[in-house]
Amino acid sequence: MTLLRTMALTKTVASGDAPLTILDDVTFEVARGDTVAIVGASGSGKTTLLGLLAGLDLPTSGDVWLDGEHVTSLDEDARAALRRRAVGFVFQSFQLLPAMTALENAMLPLELAGSRDARATAQDWLARVGLAHRMTHYPRQLSGGEQQRVAIARAFASDPMLLFADEPSGNLDQATGAEVAELMFRLNREHGTTLVLVTHDTMLASRCTRRLSLAAGRLVADERVS
Amino acid sequence: MALQTLRMALRMLSRDARARELDVLVAAIVLAVASVGTVGFFTERVRAALTREANLLIGADVMISGDRPLPAAFADEARQRGLVTSPVVRFNSMVTRPADDAPPVLATVKAVAAGYPLRGSIVVADAASTAGVTARGIPPPGVAWPDVRLVERLKLVRGARIALGDATFEVGDVVLQEPEIATGLLTGAPRVLINAADLAATQLLQPGNRATYRLLVADDGAPSRLDRYIDWAKAALKTGQRMETVRDAQPEIRQTLERAEKFLALASLVAVMLAAVAIALAASRYLRRHLDTAAIVKCLGASRARTLALFAIQFVVVGVAASAIGVAIALAGQQLLVIVLRSIAAAELPWPAPGPGIAAFAIGLLMLLGFALPPLVTLAASPPLRVLRRDLPRPRTGGVIAYAAGACVFAGLLAWRAQDWTTAGLTIGGIAGLLVVAALAAAGAIALLKRLPQRGVTWRFGLANLARRPLASSLQIGALALGLMALLLLTVVRGDLLRNWRASLPPDAPNQFIVNVLPDQVDGVHASMTSIAGRDTPLYPMVRGRLVAVNGQRFDTAQFDDPRSRRLAEREFNLSSVATLPATNRIVAGAFWAADAAKDAGLSLEEGIAKSLKLVIGDTLTFDIAGTPLTARVTSLRKVDWDSFQPNFFTLFPPHALDGLPTSYLGAVRVPATADGTAWVSALVARFPNVLVIDVGDVIRQVQTIMDEVSRAIEFVFLFTLVGGILVLQAAIASTQDARRFDAAVLRTLGASRSQLNAAQVAEFLLLGGLAGLLAAAGATTVGYFLADRVFNIPFGFNAWLWLYALAGGAAAVAIAGWLGTRDTLDRPPIEVLRQLA
Repeated sequence: MTLLRTMALTKTVASGDAPLTILDDVTFEVARGDTVAIVGASGSGKTTLLGLLAGLDLPTSGDVWLDGEHVTSLDEDARAALRRRAVGFVFQSFQLLPAMTALENAMLPLELAGSRDARATAQDWLARVGLAHRMTHYPRQLSGGEQQRVAIARAFASDPMLLFADEPSGNLDQATGAEVAELMFRLNREHGTTLVLVTHDTMLASRCTRRLSLAAGRLVADERVS
Repeated sequence: MALQTLRMALRMLSRDARARELDVLVAAIVLAVASVGTVGFFTERVRAALTREANLLIGADVMISGDRPLPAAFADEARQRGLVTSPVVRFNSMVTRPADDAPPVLATVKAVAAGYPLRGSIVVADAASTAGVTARGIPPPGVAWPDVRLVERLKLVRGARIALGDATFEVGDVVLQEPEIATGLLTGAPRVLINAADLAATQLLQPGNRATYRLLVADDGAPSRLDRYIDWAKAALKTGQRMETVRDAQPEIRQTLERAEKFLALASLVAVMLAAVAIALAASRYLRRHLDTAAIVKCLGASRARTLALFAIQFVVVGVAASAIGVAIALAGQQLLVIVLRSIAAAELPWPAPGPGIAAFAIGLLMLLGFALPPLVTLAASPPLRVLRRDLPRPRTGGVIAYAAGACVFAGLLAWRAQDWTTAGLTIGGIAGLLVVAALAAAGAIALLKRLPQRGVTWRFGLANLARRPLASSLQIGALALGLMALLLLTVVRGDLLRNWRASLPPDAPNQFIVNVLPDQVDGVHASMTSIAGRDTPLYPMVRGRLVAVNGQRFDTAQFDDPRSRRLAEREFNLSSVATLPATNRIVAGAFWAADAAKDAGLSLEEGIAKSLKLVIGDTLTFDIAGTPLTARVTSLRKVDWDSFQPNFFTLFPPHALDGLPTSYLGAVRVPATADGTAWVSALVARFPNVLVIDVGDVIRQVQTIMDEVSRAIEFVFLFTLVGGILVLQAAIASTQDARRFDAAVLRTLGASRSQLNAAQVAEFLLLGGLAGLLAAAGATTVGYFLADRVFNIPFGFNAWLWLYALAGGAAAVAIAGWLGTRDTLDRPPIEVLRQLA
């Protein structure tokens, strides 16, 4: 069953004299429970595609459907509500709020969704990522790996259908990166979450069941990895 | 959900507060509220004192007064209507101690009758309590009650004897408080209270002597009786007679207060304006530093409204807390103003009312709303895509339109405080103009400095930092220069002007005015004055008359809208006659009469009063002099040098034109400040008890005291302005903090030492402060020159010290403030900074 679908997705931006095409006519579907790696060279349009899929940005033309909703015709607030309900994020630069503790960061999406037991749920998730002893620490008091684990706890805490990850190991050393990836894939398996991952890391990409390759904004390969 | 938003907002706020992200914002709001509140509380207290004690102030419910004895009808009518009345006569006289040769003192005498005062009470000194006790009745016949100042000046004790005119009195109680000085708002000459029954014996109320005759009226029964009497009396008032009720007690004081309030309020608004700039800068920095936060919460599913609420709640909490601190500071500040202005507002003032506090509080919130709302709205609109792309352009703050909201809030505020658009416009236009001129000059100076040969890395970097943000640097310099200039004007320039004015007075200028000389005393007084001065010292005749008609038409004083002109028109004129134009006068229009002119050769007016009363050459004026009309045509206009300390008159007639009219004489003489001089004054007053000797030095000293206090109060208010300038500087430093950190990290990576970087930053602020100081000195000197040359007509003295103070003070103050603001930019390891900010 399809969870995510794009149709002729195109994004151009004004740049000097001629408009610059960043994404060009990208069409694909992602089934529930899939793990998809979007790969490509720097500047191939991976991050732009991720932004469009998550409704963080709008395409110049084309459509995105997420969980049956036509994302590209929703207004900003409706797209935010859809993300709140169905989507989790893990970013390369962690994107924790520096003003909040690990626990408060993990509680954030739950609180935004109006959850009554936000604190208990967040505590539970932090314990599951191995940070039970660091809940009251601020991001700057945590190592990169720990910060990314807080981000993973935050992403899973709201029990999303779909997890978007943008170079989740990009800012980490190899060993820590591998640890974090392991954690993410384990939780993904346990919860049957659909995963869409943008990465340069071939090791990481090889753990996904499907690989979409972008080159100069075009979808050039769509492979199943056994 | 709302509760969760609130909790999240408070959590973020407490973190920001701990990280000192909000310091400048809070300080700016505190400053604005404190500055407006201080002035508001103070003026409100004085006004409340005036209103609450208005009937104590006039000692009655209604007071009718006139320059001549009032017709008996006023008192008779009041008594017929069942009201109580009490007459008062008030005049000036020399008071002496006949027992020895203590110098006579000019005092205000009040002769009162039984029942005085009808409202309020006389408080006299009491050995048992410093607050004094309420007097029972009035001074008995033969007894005088001096006030504290007269007791000090004449060194009086109970039972001593003092002379007033031809009568002597025994000193009784010492008056601490009585109506009219109940609020202590105007301290004039020392005062003495006597019984009306003794008035005749003093022989002081001669024709030509200025006295005020009053009738106090009060009603202990139904107020409607009083209202009907007021209506009747209003219709019965003749020219030269006035009525004051509780509602309009002391209109002059009220007017002075209103003018002072307007000025202080506007001065405090300069600080508010600078605070607004600081708030705008701080809010824009807040916006930059919270874009990521906004993007993350939106990415995690927060709507735009919720994101806005998240930040707006924080700002409202900050605004409320900062405004509360501001009000607390204002409460302390206004008490300081009361202390500074003690001789003007000496008496017990009522406790501050909450009104000005609420107003100042509202201003704090409005300022925040006006200047911080646009960045907040932008923040809420920031794209969530930022979580993926840090390089997204920063959303625009909404540009001009967004700040138009702030500008509107400020303009409204200004009009509210200034009470009229013209004053508000002029003030704000003037200040903005000064700011623009200062900023332009600063931009010019920076451009010039850049062309100079650059020696050393320290100065080069310091200057480069200034030049890199020319607009911001120029504005900072302009704001600081404005605050410094105001302080220089009030301290150095004011002192210079006073000194130069004193120096410009001829050393032999008269220092004593001899007033109220009767015709049969002229020869004796003239001889005495000539002997002490060592040369012929003339006495001038003076007749008091009221202008009643112009060109045959009744002179209507109601035609003058501005209060000063109306007062001039209603007052009795001092008319004099001379054969030749006095040396200190100059004809500016028409021609002055010849020395042998006939007595109907017209009259000469001072040009200022002619302008105020819209009189021109050729007009025929009719004066009423104690019932006798005197008509003459205006044949010349004169410019009068009022600073000459010579007797001067608005209206001059040819010789003999005033013959046969009730005349007194006056003159001015220089009396040496020696024992001989004092003895001369004593002898003159002993021989001519009705003559008044007014010590010019006393008057100058009194004016000086008031001036000192007023300028200290203004200085105090302008201190807020200077703090505002420093805040703008701090806000600007804070807004460049990240860029400074990055620069420092790059430079340190390239091998710059910590001390080199410190020196570069201090150099930048020394330059900034020095430029602001120079501009302030230039501005203060220009204004000082203008005041000396155009306003006061005294020679202008260039003061090199002023430039030195301004340069050194500005550079030092700004270097310290700047160093404090930037020293932690060097605290973090370069690699961390580069990683975070790159």
